[in-house]
Amino acid sequence: MIKLTINDRSVEVAEGTTILEAAAQAGINIPTLCHHPELRKEGSCRVCVVEVEGARSLVASCVHPVMEGMVVRTNTDRVRWTRKNIIELLVAAHDRDCLTCDRNNNCELQRLAQDYGVREVRFPAAVRHDPPDCSSESIIRDTNKCILCGRCIRVCKDIQGVSALGLAFRGSRTKVGPAFNRGLANVACTNCGQCVAVCPVGALKERSAIDDVWKALNDKAKHVVVQVAPAVRAALGEEFGMREGSLVTGKMVAALRRLGFDRVFDTQFAADVTIMEEGHELLHRLENGGPLPLITSCSPGWIKYCEHFYPQLLANVSSCKSPQQIFGALVKTYYAENQGLDPKSIFSVSVMPCTAKKFEAARPEMARDGVRDVDAVLTTRELARMIREAGLDLPSLPEEEFDLPMGMSTGAGAIFGVTGGVMEAALRTVVETVTGKELRHIEFEAVRGFNGVKEATVAVGDRILRAAVVHGLANAGELLGRFCRGEVSYDFIEIMACPGGCIAGGGQPRSCSKETLQMRANALYREDLGKKVRKSHENPAVQEVYQKFLGKPLSEKSHHLLHTSYEKRSDL
Amino acid sequence: MKEATTLSERDEIRRKELDEVIEHYRGQEGGLIPVLQKAQEIYGYLPEVVQERIARGLNVPLSDVYGVATFYSLFSLKPVGDYKIGICMGTACYVKGAADIVDRVGSELGIKVNETTADGRFTLEVTRCIGACGLAPVLTVNKDVYGRLIPDEIPGILSKYKDM
Repeated sequence: MIKLTINDRSVEVAEGTTILEAAAQAGINIPTLCHHPELRKEGSCRVCVVEVEGARSLVASCVHPVMEGMVVRTNTDRVRWTRKNIIELLVAAHDRDCLTCDRNNNCELQRLAQDYGVREVRFPAAVRHDPPDCSSESIIRDTNKCILCGRCIRVCKDIQGVSALGLAFRGSRTKVGPAFNRGLANVACTNCGQCVAVCPVGALKERSAIDDVWKALNDKAKHVVVQVAPAVRAALGEEFGMREGSLVTGKMVAALRRLGFDRVFDTQFAADVTIMEEGHELLHRLENGGPLPLITSCSPGWIKYCEHFYPQLLANVSSCKSPQQIFGALVKTYYAENQGLDPKSIFSVSVMPCTAKKFEAARPEMARDGVRDVDAVLTTRELARMIREAGLDLPSLPEEEFDLPMGMSTGAGAIFGVTGGVMEAALRTVVETVTGKELRHIEFEAVRGFNGVKEATVAVGDRILRAAVVHGLANAGELLGRFCRGEVSYDFIEIMACPGGCIAGGGQPRSCSKETLQMRANALYREDLGKKVRKSHENPAVQEVYQKFLGKPLSEKSHHLLHTSYEKRSDL
Repeated sequence: MKEATTLSERDEIRRKELDEVIEHYRGQEGGLIPVLQKAQEIYGYLPEVVQERIARGLNVPLSDVYGVATFYSLFSLKPVGDYKIGICMGTACYVKGAADIVDRVGSELGIKVNETTADGRFTLEVTRCIGACGLAPVLTVNKDVYGRLIPDEIPGILSKYKDM
């Protein structure tokens, strides 16, 4: 242990701790911008400077390790003056249209400028006037607001193993972007939106679908149907000041109804259908010699990663569409038939924790005869904005139930939103389908939790199934690399693009702590526990869809509506 | 037709040379900068396709290759002429009328600073002090140095390289 003094208080911390971390342990807050707890340390913005006795200059506390007997001061005139100047310089180079910015009231630079009393900018404005990159279906990038903190670059490279973004040029001309200033749509970007999630300012945001959705809601000729992904209900409350991990399923349904949606349905229903299809696909492959491992296909960020970087494994990826697209396809066929509606008159909206879902919904193959499975995708953040715009106060709304039949779902569908959930849901169904016996213990703890790679062996009848679960694309890339070199072998792999699964998706309320993620995960496991039915194949509404419409899993109709194909894309 | 064949043959030779360089540095830490230097020697500059080939060959993200190529001023992303004209804009040359020299070279060649003539023969650049203040104002063409210039001498100097 190392003993040091911070602001005249004696502090004892482990060796290797940074001054920033030591101060936090002592309850002293130091401002940061380029620093992010889940990312590699960089020390580039210098907002976190502190005074260390005996040091020639101020030091960046986010990268400076503590030393025995160190005397640190975080709140001297010199420190405050320096920080204020740094913030003022950043503000001078920043496009300051705060009132019309996506991040107004939710911007880390704005908050710092406020906290440090930056009331004038003495330096000439050095703002860029580059056109924003609007090429992507998912993400809009505005370099004029970029403060060069590099968080997006680090998350893209270190956590996701994608490196679509990098630094280019030098000095005052330095900027962040894809190589050759190509748009995000024209490089190997997975649309995962982790860059959006970590951006401290308004330089990265989702392409909004709010206007399209309002327009459809105001159109009397449109029957507007909405589906909501599991992870949304575990995080939406945060946008309204509710405790992290609040499960707001009922209030969210009430809000959607008050926004004017004609039917409020649940993506978890489609997750149950996904398990029926993917579970049988796994059994089919196990019986017919592969290709194995079967890899899950729910995460559109992962799908695009595979298309760019592991095209040789596309045959291993399940041909099942994701729950969002399965839902959309069923709404425009099964539901339309049932209700006597013209599929063209239905406007199908999804609310997703994800930016990549916007790209997925726009893929040309996700439609039949010009009728798209999903017409508009909102992120959790966009839904929160619509709720505020409509003057609704989420916390005080009553709890309401999803509409039937496509609002009926199981606990297996709920846990799709967290890493390991798809695997666990599939195992519940696959094991019972093979053995014909009821599982005594349906929780598969080995695939839960936030370890980057989780492995499990599960008895499926007289066969041992080797399973792996990975989240975060860099973890996925590493595992697939080992698989391609023949170092490991599996029968079934679950891959989710975002670290933690959909609960940490690029469209979720911005948060940087593991604790928040754990609470969101707990919320989904509570939703699972609270369900009367917890196995996808026992969902009565799913059984009905097979009896009345699809026939059986992997039927011709299923293949036509619920399955898809993938394409090799450039690795650069 | 003949020219097209020659061009593609030249391309083939350069590509082979580049691939040998990439092969030599593959897996070596810090190999990117020497590969970019050699690639610039081979091609005269660093076209997008060359940077893409280096990214794939070294298994380095293209955003990193582009980041390094744009960071160092010795790398050029635009084609450079056979003859690189550098006009010194150091203090001594500047007060002795270097700006007039820049204007005259520009108008003779029909290009601005940092541009290359359409025939790929000349590139015009301005430089910081090259340490030949006694000869101010100074101009260099590749490794040749011309000093104590007046604008009217420019056409004569340029004509030496036009016919080579």
